[in-house]
Amino acid sequence: MRKVVLSLKNISKSFDKTEILKNINLDIYDGEFLTLLGPSGCGKTTILRLIGGFESPTSGSIVMNGKEINSLSAEHRETNTVFQSYALFPHMSVYENIAFGLKMKKMPKEQRDVEVKKALEMVKLFAHKEKKPSELSGGQQQRVAIARAIVNKPLILLLDESLSALDYKLRKEMQLELKILQRQLGITFLFVTHDQEEALSMSDRIVVMNKGNIEQIGTPKEVYEEPKNLFVAKFIGEANTFTCTLLEFQDSRATLQYKNSVFNLKCTKELTHQCVMIIRPEDFRVEKNLEDVKSNNYFAGTLKDLIYKGTTIDLLIETPEGKKLRASEFYNEDSDALGYEVGQQLYVYWVEGWEVLLSNA
Amino acid sequence: MHKKLGTFALFSIGILAFWLILFSFLPNLLVLFSSFMTQGESEFLVFDFTFSNYIKIADSLYFSIFLSSFKIALITTLTTLILAYPFAFILATSAKKYRALLLLLVIIPFWTSSLVRTYALIAILKTKGLFNALLLWIGFIDTPLEIMYTQSAVYIGMTYTLLPFMILPIYASIEKIDMRLIEAAKDLGASTLSQFTKIIIPLSLPGILAGATLVFLPSLGMFFIADILGGAKDLIVGSFIRNQFLTFRDWPFGSAAAVMLTLLMFLMLYFYSRAAKNISQKSTL
Repeated sequence: MRKVVLSLKNISKSFDKTEILKNINLDIYDGEFLTLLGPSGCGKTTILRLIGGFESPTSGSIVMNGKEINSLSAEHRETNTVFQSYALFPHMSVYENIAFGLKMKKMPKEQRDVEVKKALEMVKLFAHKEKKPSELSGGQQQRVAIARAIVNKPLILLLDESLSALDYKLRKEMQLELKILQRQLGITFLFVTHDQEEALSMSDRIVVMNKGNIEQIGTPKEVYEEPKNLFVAKFIGEANTFTCTLLEFQDSRATLQYKNSVFNLKCTKELTHQCVMIIRPEDFRVEKNLEDVKSNNYFAGTLKDLIYKGTTIDLLIETPEGKKLRASEFYNEDSDALGYEVGQQLYVYWVEGWEVLLSNA
Repeated sequence: MHKKLGTFALFSIGILAFWLILFSFLPNLLVLFSSFMTQGESEFLVFDFTFSNYIKIADSLYFSIFLSSFKIALITTLTTLILAYPFAFILATSAKKYRALLLLLVIIPFWTSSLVRTYALIAILKTKGLFNALLLWIGFIDTPLEIMYTQSAVYIGMTYTLLPFMILPIYASIEKIDMRLIEAAKDLGASTLSQFTKIIIPLSLPGILAGATLVFLPSLGMFFIADILGGAKDLIVGSFIRNQFLTFRDWPFGSAAAVMLTLLMFLMLYFYSRAAKNISQKSTL
């Protein structure tokens, strides 16, 4: 079992009688990259602020390395934050910004200098050490903010939507850099984001949140492929959802009815009478002829729209009952098999087992 | 700015220019002019060009007036700064709904003439005044303090009158500080004291500088406070100039002193603007 650095135990937080967090329980393991993912207002930043010591919980306890730290003030906590707005000190140089935390810890000057220079090298800002934050680009300011935090070797580094202010390309680069940095340093990262792609590509584990609750905790693969509920399925990636009626459940096989179609699928868990079938767009296979469909479970429909996305092509297909399906196919320039035309009759099927069945909550 | 100005803009600039020329530029020019003239027997001025008024100022007696005046101004600036800073900080960090009211309370005294308010201070500071009555009632003192007509009274009056000029710019500069910087400092382990000395004070330096200028310069010339509360025992440059004009009827000498004062103020404003530029270059974000 891995070591738990920090646990949140039955944490609730209210602001002016509005409950922001509802009975949160969460263990953070040593050295992991944990991401809090959720739409804005779900309480993810509040969790970060509770751990950082900028808010205190209405009830519950925050335990760090076995000790309750509820009443420990921010300046005494072994956490450091990379703020969303970076919050760099405008009157200090890059060097002074990074040295600030060590100075506050009263680290001797020579040792401090070594540490700051190491951090400067790590974020590739050595040449800019005398500059003021205002003279740096957004990406560089971001790096200073990261260096300023990690130089203190916190037990947990808290990153509050730290990449969201950067443009797409720079964000991608920083994602990679952060991940590499985290592996090198072995520091526990707690990252907050609303960007599911970012969460999937960077995290060891993802905590999906909604309206002050934790919806699911799992590896990126788990939350994507085995979402526990409809919210998680819809928030992470795109999903076609079908509200079905359970007709029969026998020998681990479920017979489901969706409008005029009936599907027989393998199912190992109990399902309610009303249930939801989820199929990711990339799990759909599209054929022009019914003979080519290699499954009994399929939809027929007409192509309404084609969206070219470079590596994939998204097809919007409407069934006769009016259900719109989204399927994405890999785009292959050499093959003309993809020559779809809007208005064309198409058949959409999927490999059994790739669907996700959820009981209706 | 090569945009053509509209009629209204020209009209308003015209009024402003007219006002400044008639009531500020021309009088100052007259003062400058008369400072080079000679005192007459029966008339105010004799058109006889001379530098003697300026040479007279260099005399140690008059020079000491300038010096003591600077001392009073400096001490006033320091006391207002010490009082105004916490005041401005509390104001800037108070809940938004009270802030407008608190600011109004700072500004209300401006609605009454400072001369009237200085007379009101007498009622408070005199031997049988409110202040002594309060201290006697608490039992802090046994015999009333003699405050009126001392230098302390002058400092109290100056500090009281000029305090808002220190509070407002400091308030403005503290209010502008991004409070997330304080959070960042806390996050990095800064104690409350360090948050102040390393973040808040350096970032409010432009306000401190502006406030110091707004207090120091007027306190050189506030002769009525020194006269009313200090019993004119300590001459400040302002009272000295007033005396030359109204008591000794030596307009040229008074003018020369006024010109000197103006020059010194310009010099200080120059240093102020250089310092301000320095600070803003240091902390632009």
